[in-house]
Amino acid sequence: MAAGAGALLAGPLLAACDDEGEQSSASSSASASSGGGGTATGGGGAGGGGGGQVVFLSTQLAPAAEAATVRNQILPGYSGSASFVPTDETGFLTRVRAQAQTGSGSISLLGALHGSMSTLRAEDALMDLSDRFSEIEQRGYIENYLQLARFDGQGLFYIPWLQATYLMAARRDAVEHLPSGADVNALTYEQLTAWAQRLVEVNGERVVGFPAGGNGLFHRFLQGYLLPSFTGALNTEFASDEAVAAWDWLARTWDSVHAESVLYGFMQEPLRLGEVQVAWDHTARLKEALQATPEEYVVFPSPTGPEGLGFMPVVAGLGIPKSASNPDGAWELIKHLTSQQALATTLQETGFLPPLSQELDVNLDPGLAKLTGGVARQTSSNNAVLSLLPTGLGSFEGLYTKVFYDIFRRTVLEKGDIRAALDVEAGQLQAVLQQAGASCWQPDPTGQGVCQVS
Amino acid sequence: MRGARSKWAPYALLVPSLLWLLLFFAYPMVQAFQLAFQGFGGGWSLEPVRTMLSDALFVEALLTTLGLLALIIPLQFVLAMAMAMVVNDKALRGRTIWLYIYALPLAISELAAGLVWFSIFTDNGWLNSFLNAFGVDGVVWLDYEKPFVLVLALVLAEAWRATAIIMVILVAGLQSIPDDLIEAADVYGAGWWQRFRHVTLPLLRPSIRVALILRTVLAFQVFAIVITLAGRGLTVLSAESYRWYAVYQEENVAAAYAALILVLSLVAAGFFFAIVPVKEEQQPQ
Repeated sequence: MAAGAGALLAGPLLAACDDEGEQSSASSSASASSGGGGTATGGGGAGGGGGGQVVFLSTQLAPAAEAATVRNQILPGYSGSASFVPTDETGFLTRVRAQAQTGSGSISLLGALHGSMSTLRAEDALMDLSDRFSEIEQRGYIENYLQLARFDGQGLFYIPWLQATYLMAARRDAVEHLPSGADVNALTYEQLTAWAQRLVEVNGERVVGFPAGGNGLFHRFLQGYLLPSFTGALNTEFASDEAVAAWDWLARTWDSVHAESVLYGFMQEPLRLGEVQVAWDHTARLKEALQATPEEYVVFPSPTGPEGLGFMPVVAGLGIPKSASNPDGAWELIKHLTSQQALATTLQETGFLPPLSQELDVNLDPGLAKLTGGVARQTSSNNAVLSLLPTGLGSFEGLYTKVFYDIFRRTVLEKGDIRAALDVEAGQLQAVLQQAGASCWQPDPTGQGVCQVS
Repeated sequence: MRGARSKWAPYALLVPSLLWLLLFFAYPMVQAFQLAFQGFGGGWSLEPVRTMLSDALFVEALLTTLGLLALIIPLQFVLAMAMAMVVNDKALRGRTIWLYIYALPLAISELAAGLVWFSIFTDNGWLNSFLNAFGVDGVVWLDYEKPFVLVLALVLAEAWRATAIIMVILVAGLQSIPDDLIEAADVYGAGWWQRFRHVTLPLLRPSIRVALILRTVLAFQVFAIVITLAGRGLTVLSAESYRWYAVYQEENVAAAYAALILVLSLVAAGFFFAIVPVKEEQQPQ
């Protein structure tokens, strides 16, 4: 009888334990699958045939709400006929490759992150847009981003479309306690530490926060900000003395960082609650706090280290595949999508920023205006160390990231020896890069072959 | 004809559940074991196990899992026994209502329970707000630097969530004890404690054993509560198994963790069989 009850209860409980996964939400700027993502071309293009419609395949703005914005608010201004087809990263490459193999196809415009574009460029699947670019050059694109779209060579293989990045936000009252001589818009790592310590003295508690929880993007801070700022590189200087200094900075500073940082996913929450007064996070994950009470916040660039201001832009671009059936229509659509009006709508509705060095000539809501201002100051910094999202790792990205979290755990949370940890983990890192066959990406010197850890 | 039917009927009735177990428990289990001993390129290998053992988080995950178990199981067992006695007390009015109240947390998923306790213990949570109302300064409870407090929070959350499952099994066991045995003890002048010690407890052994085994096996699987309350501050074996599968995308290492959990569960079951032996006459009638 009792055993029966046990067995009966065990079934559903065992099953219930399985579907409670932690959400591993990637950055909202990274690809977000729209689930089905079926071809929404509709096929019935007003009887015409002849390539009148532009099929726009995109890994960006793919979540249902964002895709609706594209279809209902952004595309209607386009003079021709266009069909927006959101997809995930894997589906994107599969489709574009399939079309490239047949030599022609309905997909004429591509929207994707720099990483995917770089894969397609390596396969020689993208059209060179440099001749047409003069038509829209005066819009004032950020030079660093155009450089990316050139892929270290002649030509221009996509037009920068959207950007997001990671930066810092603070409550106004916290800024009053900046260490003397520090400028919030040109903070050094050491000044940030002094500020954090000062805030502990003033408040009696630790109020600087990082998103180092399960859903957080703290690994981007390590990969794109801290290490490049101290070493000027990432993998190639992974175990250098400069890297030891970077981890040492983190370990020292962590004593003044809110202990619940290892739980934080999106910093907008603790900022709004007042639990944290100074935070670093992805633009989309600070946005809600800034929009709720813009007057209470200051948005500013991430700190500068000995090698400069390491920062990681997330850039998405618009490109035309060589196999496009309607390249002229696609170019017209690019001009429309990168127009002031379309970029302003995209920013207001989705929080993705325009990749321009000058501000949009529209009235933004004050929270977004703060965000764009902060991003502009960060991207236009003259000592920037541009770091890209890891590329070429494929399914090994999780293991790659684990290396950084393992060092964080050993040296910062458990206060272990930094040199020893780096030496052990350097081997791990090299093994992961080797297995993935990944070459170096910026800020490391790019080149052929597997990236070599120092 | 009639004889033949009664002979085969029990087996026929067992077939569906047997098939279910084979298909959804035994088969995946064998598969997981195979995976745990396969190299990354295929073929037999100890590579996944070696990766697991040399993982930076392995020792901590193992110790935390065992530590949580050692704290949670005895506590839950004592609580559940008390709750079961209350529910089974025939003199108590409205005792079935207690059964439902006690069983309520069972209806809540592990993750939801984790979030409930997170909202209590977090910096701006209910507990600190409550303390502030009395002029006491709040404390950061979910602090990886105070693992003892963190573990205590986990134990509390788990005790709240899953004590009822032990209670349900014990109540079922209590109800199967014949009234005449209790009455006989009364007649011979046994007090409450003597009755409990010499009649109830021995006859409850089969239920106790099932409850302990089931609870231990389930405790090895707990991870949503740990992830919500401790984040990166603390980890357990099942959370690592999940991460190796979903985040690091190394199913072989995830399977090695899962296999370890299985082995530990089997050892625990064997342990309970040994320390709670059941004699023939204690079997439920």
